[in-house]
Amino acid sequence: MGSRASTLLREEEIEEIKKETGFSHSQITRLYSRFTSLDKGENGTLSREDFQRIPELAINPLGDRIINAFFPEGEDQVNFKGFMRTLAHFRPIEDNEKNKNPPATEPLNSRTNKLLFAFRLYDLDRDDKISRDELLQVLRMMVGVNISDDQLGSIADRTIQEADTNGDSCISFQEFIKVLEKVDVEQKMSIRFLH
Amino acid sequence: MAALWPLPLLLSQRLWACLALTLPEEPHDGPLSAGFDAGRVGPSVDLPGALRVFSLDYHHVQAPFEIVLWIMLASLAKLGFHWSGRVPAVVPESCVLIMVGLLVGGVIYGVRHSAPPTLSADAFFLFLLPPIVLDAGYFLPGRLFFENLGTILWYAVLGTLWNVLGIGLSLYGVCLLVPDSLGDISLLHCLLFGSLIAAVDPVAVLSVFQEMHVNEQLHILVFGESLLNDAVTVVLYKLFESFLRLPSVTGLDVLVGGLRLIVVGLGGFFVGLFFGLVAALTSRFTSRAQVIAPLFVFLYSYLSYLTSEMLHFSGIMAIVTCAVTMKQYVEANVSERSNTNIQYFLKMWSSVSETLIFVFLGVSTIQDIHMWSWPFVCSTLLLCLVWRATGVLLLTAVVNKLRRNAVTFRDQFIIAYGGLRGAICFSLVFLIDDFPKKRLFITTTIVVILFTVFVQGMTIKPLVELLDVKRKKRALPTVSEEIHSRLLDHLLSGIEDVVGYWGQHYWRDWFEQFNKRYLRRFLIGEHHQARSSILRVYQELERREQQGGEEAPPPVDLRPGGRPLLPEEMDSIRRILSRNLQNFNKKQTPAYSRHTLHQDGSAKTALHRHQSLPERHPCSRSTLCPQRAQGEFSKSYRGRARLSRSHTVCSASPRRSDPPDSVGPAALNPTQPSDPEPAAEEQQSPLHRAPVERATKKQLSFVLERETRQ
Repeated sequence: MGSRASTLLREEEIEEIKKETGFSHSQITRLYSRFTSLDKGENGTLSREDFQRIPELAINPLGDRIINAFFPEGEDQVNFKGFMRTLAHFRPIEDNEKNKNPPATEPLNSRTNKLLFAFRLYDLDRDDKISRDELLQVLRMMVGVNISDDQLGSIADRTIQEADTNGDSCISFQEFIKVLEKVDVEQKMSIRFLH
Repeated sequence: MAALWPLPLLLSQRLWACLALTLPEEPHDGPLSAGFDAGRVGPSVDLPGALRVFSLDYHHVQAPFEIVLWIMLASLAKLGFHWSGRVPAVVPESCVLIMVGLLVGGVIYGVRHSAPPTLSADAFFLFLLPPIVLDAGYFLPGRLFFENLGTILWYAVLGTLWNVLGIGLSLYGVCLLVPDSLGDISLLHCLLFGSLIAAVDPVAVLSVFQEMHVNEQLHILVFGESLLNDAVTVVLYKLFESFLRLPSVTGLDVLVGGLRLIVVGLGGFFVGLFFGLVAALTSRFTSRAQVIAPLFVFLYSYLSYLTSEMLHFSGIMAIVTCAVTMKQYVEANVSERSNTNIQYFLKMWSSVSETLIFVFLGVSTIQDIHMWSWPFVCSTLLLCLVWRATGVLLLTAVVNKLRRNAVTFRDQFIIAYGGLRGAICFSLVFLIDDFPKKRLFITTTIVVILFTVFVQGMTIKPLVELLDVKRKKRALPTVSEEIHSRLLDHLLSGIEDVVGYWGQHYWRDWFEQFNKRYLRRFLIGEHHQARSSILRVYQELERREQQGGEEAPPPVDLRPGGRPLLPEEMDSIRRILSRNLQNFNKKQTPAYSRHTLHQDGSAKTALHRHQSLPERHPCSRSTLCPQRAQGEFSKSYRGRARLSRSHTVCSASPRRSDPPDSVGPAALNPTQPSDPEPAAEEQQSPLHRAPVERATKKQLSFVLERETRQ
């Protein structure tokens, strides 16, 4: 498996991914071997079934939403670049990056982009607002069966009430960011990839 | 009040036990004519000389009688401890047991005016230690252990070496400073003493962490370290002991010593591995004699321990490896009842062993042969603490750079402060060849053990709470923060699964493949194989169902609207959330418990209920699998979401009446397998759980399809 990884992934591709996502060379090759091990059809792309084969993801209440997050709008296959682009959101923010010249575009793993990723887990219809229904859906996934709809509705209303500043009973992205300002998002949404 | 009435009963029983134990020294009375068991003869004839109506023949049953009395004493003490109200909250069980031992020892000493029986090293190492280690090894969370194996080895090997050398050399320095009383203790003696006193003891650690509710990761770090440092301790101890016997020590000897370390550790590992695989193979054939299946587990483990002790390898490593190896195959091969039997027996034996060890520690403290020396004892205590603390700090600083979940300062404190010494040191010190200051070593060891168990054991919980309090000063999170944080936790957990902890390690993936392809086929009986592969997923689902199914939260009457909520309402929301939000973060699940079995039992009975699952999905459908699987999968979550609205409704209708949305061409197929299932399930499962179980079974059928397809 090791030799396959290095022959199929060209150096230019590695460089592109490195520039776009900020992963190191060894991290990219390692994640590529993970990609190929998931890719049972061996056609260089992952489909939704490939993700669903991961048993722990099957148990995760947000499993299918997380899987959806990997696939771009309306597509059913994701290639390695897309895979890495999604994973790049979870790279830890390193201190030395803040000191260098800020890049032209915001890096994928900035706090705002991490929060945008989480926001999109709620916001399925991509209208940049979390409506009460969308919130209820996610809440119901995370909570057990014991809570009645009324109670859940109240919790959802409370959540919206805490966040909503412009009174449209939806949570916009800016309101979302504000609500989470005390939460250590960088730490909660970062995986330490081994170098 | 309820707590009080058993105490006099237990106390009187204990007193009786003590008195009985003092009996053997008194000369036998009783007119036994040689070889003639007069006591067994019934009639009430009172003939002079030859026959008596009643007589006492204690000598005949002395050995088993005393053993049983000791065990009874220890167990009654344990019972009393758990009945005594608030004591368990403050004092760890090990302390109480040692105190009981001290009491009994004192009584025996007072009655007999000679030392009470001590814990012989052989009895300890051969009989008392193996059950405890076996129990711990069998219930070891395998995945967590292997994830943290690097860190554990780092602490165990390097940490122990650091401690041994540090304590040994500093003690030698102290001896040099006080030449008049300690001058005849050589460097090697100090190093020998250092090697036995530095070892963290798994028994003591386990017993104290019981009450502490540490999270799994921390528990596995400390516990794993205490298990694995046995290899280092054994090697160093034997090394220094053999050095003491040699006329002179050369560099070559030190090198040989280093090699022995590797040999001892790996030797123990391979012996355990061998016996574990043999045990797994044997369990494959036990389907016709299920009652003795548990026996093989114990026999093979014990055999591995004895074999590796015979070869001077590390017995603890062997038995732990054996338990870890055979567990997954044995669990799959034997029946549910046998599994429960195994677990209960393990718990029982380890409990008895541990209790006995602590009681004997207390008893053995009362002795004639103490020798006291203030500088030595105090400096040993101080040095143990200091070297352990510095060792942990240094090692953690290095290892945190390589770990994903950093070991926090709180964890470091617990690791350092929770390094308790126990009976292993005690037995090892008795085994030293006799030399003038041996009694001093024994006394010091006892003092260190008592200090660590009592002082450190009792204060670790309050100190940790103090540390926690400092972090909790910030305000309680708002509802939004809690919900969104939980979302982020699930998200991170999912992404971690996608990336795969082990995907980053090629050899672990290789092992999983190897396991699936060869080991499982070989070691697990054919009709058990499918069940074994979904057991883990099922256990997880069951566990979470139970967490959700405990009690219905009190109804909260909240009116949506702009008004600020009262604190009680916020509290009840928080209570609802904390009880019901599914807790995925592995770092927060409670760790292994000595006294109770986890939800394992119920998970397996649930599995038993659903055992018909494999038959309902024959492999002929595998051609349709991909789409059907996807349909079922996505439907299961949506189905679950919709079920909640009708969770008071029981029967077969709700799920399939949902509009068959974007499932696609496979829409018809999912309806078929679900119909036979609800009928069977209704009678067996409570109503409100039926919908969720169907959802979980959908996932399981999906998982099973995957397995059979692969």
